[in-house]
Amino acid sequence: MALIADYLAQGGHMLVLLLLAPLLTGWVRTLKAQLLRRRGPSLLQPYRDLFKLLRKEVVLADSASWLFRVAPYLIFAALWVAAALVPSFASGLPFSWTADLIAIVALLGTARFFLALAGLDVGTSFGGIGSSREMMIASLAEPAMLMMVFTLSLLAGTTELSAVARFMLTAEVGLRISLALALLALIMVAIAENARIPVDNPATHLELTMVHEAMVLEYSGRHLALIELAASLKLLLYLSLLICIFAPWGMASVGEGPGAYLVGLAAYLVKLAVGGFLLALFETGIAKMRVFRVDQFLGAALMLGLLGTLLLFVTRSL
Amino acid sequence: MMNANVALRTILEAGEPVTDHRPWPRVVVTPELWNTLSEGLSGGAWSLLGLWGEVGMVHLAVYEDASETPGVASLPCPAGQFPSVGRLHPPAQRLERTIADLVGLQPVDAPDGRPWLDHGRWPVRHPLGGATARTSPPNPLSMHGEGVAKPGERFVYPFLSAEGESLHQIPVGPVHAGIIEPGHFRFTANGEAVVRLEERLGYVHKGIESLLRGATLERAARLVGRVSGDSTVAYALAFARAVEAATETTVPARAHWLRALMAELERLAHHCGDIGAICNDAAFALMHAHCAVLRERVLRASAAGFGHRLLMDCIVPGGVATDLPADGAKTLRALVDDFRQQFPPLIELYENTASLQDRTVGTGFVRPALIQQFGCGGVIGRAGGRAFDARRQPGYPPYDRLEFETPVQTDTDSDTDSDVNARVWLRIGEVEQSLALIEQILERLPPGSVRGDLNLPGRDCEGVALVEGFRGDILVWLRLAADGTVARCHPRDPSWFQWPLLEAAIENNIVADFPLCNKSFNGSYSGHDL
Repeated sequence: MALIADYLAQGGHMLVLLLLAPLLTGWVRTLKAQLLRRRGPSLLQPYRDLFKLLRKEVVLADSASWLFRVAPYLIFAALWVAAALVPSFASGLPFSWTADLIAIVALLGTARFFLALAGLDVGTSFGGIGSSREMMIASLAEPAMLMMVFTLSLLAGTTELSAVARFMLTAEVGLRISLALALLALIMVAIAENARIPVDNPATHLELTMVHEAMVLEYSGRHLALIELAASLKLLLYLSLLICIFAPWGMASVGEGPGAYLVGLAAYLVKLAVGGFLLALFETGIAKMRVFRVDQFLGAALMLGLLGTLLLFVTRSL
Repeated sequence: MMNANVALRTILEAGEPVTDHRPWPRVVVTPELWNTLSEGLSGGAWSLLGLWGEVGMVHLAVYEDASETPGVASLPCPAGQFPSVGRLHPPAQRLERTIADLVGLQPVDAPDGRPWLDHGRWPVRHPLGGATARTSPPNPLSMHGEGVAKPGERFVYPFLSAEGESLHQIPVGPVHAGIIEPGHFRFTANGEAVVRLEERLGYVHKGIESLLRGATLERAARLVGRVSGDSTVAYALAFARAVEAATETTVPARAHWLRALMAELERLAHHCGDIGAICNDAAFALMHAHCAVLRERVLRASAAGFGHRLLMDCIVPGGVATDLPADGAKTLRALVDDFRQQFPPLIELYENTASLQDRTVGTGFVRPALIQQFGCGGVIGRAGGRAFDARRQPGYPPYDRLEFETPVQTDTDSDTDSDVNARVWLRIGEVEQSLALIEQILERLPPGSVRGDLNLPGRDCEGVALVEGFRGDILVWLRLAADGTVARCHPRDPSWFQWPLLEAAIENNIVADFPLCNKSFNGSYSGHDL
């Protein structure tokens, strides 16, 4: 019976993520609009957009190969799984032993690989520009992310997220500079990976400045819906990751029953809302950087991650 | 052959003067004098104001900066060709290609024989000339001839090449991802670095000059007011002034002042919108939102004062269509006060946002020498140190009685001047000047009627006017027939001399910075494509 309840919780977690992802995107959009003194779209607009796209016909370029048609499903699947690996309202769910940070990085890398290939597949110049820029960003964002993972795993003694979250709740963590550096690195990587300002602009209509949007320019209908949903899931994933690692308070443990789950869920939602608000605030106050500044930005993230790891070794040997 | 250092006055005296062309002289010149003009233009003594054609004749408007003399020279072309000006003076090249497309007069020895506005899609060729039915697409290889390309064959515009290892082309437009006017940009890039940009325009050709032929003055004023919708006041003013010059009509004083009021409102609105739009292209939407609110205030005040948000059709030949209502001055004063309060914090925001400055400073630099050569007007010209302002020279009322400055970037030595940042600052400066001008005008607005009757002379007469719009100087030349209709009218947008400089501005920049450069120019597609 307990096993069934646990698996129900696991299923609920995956479903919650899928349903919550567009809401988070809508929340950030609405907040950004209101910060610009506009009324902004309804919070539910991303859902309406997704349903509209699902109903629409897929228009394929003549030069599109099977890869172009398959990529959206692969990207969506990889990102949904990756997002589901991050504990949201409860830790220690049945699949949590697979929730390895390195596995998440690998899944994100897979999704990116297929997206970049799909961008190149049709052969338009914008797709090519987008893919090449995305790869430049990825080549720095991925090592920075891994550095952050090393810092955490050295501290917590594991790369399993549920265990990390539980470890962070204990008193032995204390205040650590390494963690602060890792947090900063993760935030910078999250901004770059989610194509947010100042690295990319999710709301731009200028083809020549796009990164993520340039790669998906040729997609339409259900393919585009999947890619949009995957992008929303990615944003949710990174926010969940930040919450799970650096602010896991209120998270339930598996088997504590529906009451604890509800408390955990409420805490999770509040933290997401705050995260989304901070993101909107940050994006409103800054202009996009030159494409060639991105490597400096992400280089800084990489250095912060590296510094965190090194500091950890130094303090340990004392 | 005459000396190339000759004064414009000498040429204007050497040619055969045309009666009933006002306010500047127009003279019919020999091919020899025409070539002297081309040489003078290329020597930098004069600026090109316009180059246009009609059946059997081409006209060249030049301005001598030193003596502040404008003049029009006309060359009869009985053989359907004229000596190319663009051969010596590159800014004339696109204008010549347009003459070849629209009128069918061929520039001899022109360096660029490709069609410009004619994309091979019009049912007729040379709509302003013979208007013969098109049988085959234009063939660029034989100078608008129809020899080599076969009927039904798709016309492929030959872009200029740039060759080298790892160079690739990026075609952008004419249909863009945003809702903007159509224009094609062909980038040759090495990774992100732009090696060459070539523009192709003409997608919004509306045949305005053909529509203007035979139009009544009322209809023609409406048409010219729609050449470029965002400069409708400046265009309507230029047209009205040209008609009034041709017919020697005196306009009531109050009308002059109201026209200036409208022109400054237009300048205020569009400069403010541009400042926000430039920032928006660096993904700094905050400035865009605030500037859009301010611009909207101006448009609403315009609607309250004159009955149209963009002030379309408010200026008519003979005066203005509507007088300012009794409470109009109060509304506009409130607008100025509002602006004075809300605009400075925005400038501060622009100045203090390091991430934004990082994008605009040093981006899209144009060499001042190039700006001088192209006789480029507006903030783009003034960012390169070219102080020309049509409100001062040749000048028109009531600006001679108003106090204002024309902000100019005087220090143009370093690479960071004449960039996107400089163009933003000059716009900010012009906004402040326009606010001061609106206040002065409201204070000193003379009473009286606002519209007088035109005294049509009952014979052919010609007029020309140069007016400062928010983009730069707009030239309108026209000939009225004896029955008071328009025989030929040519409106020349400031963008003609700004678009080519955009190609130069993007050099040494990266592809992703093009939108920023483009927005800082904000050339008019519609005004250029006619």
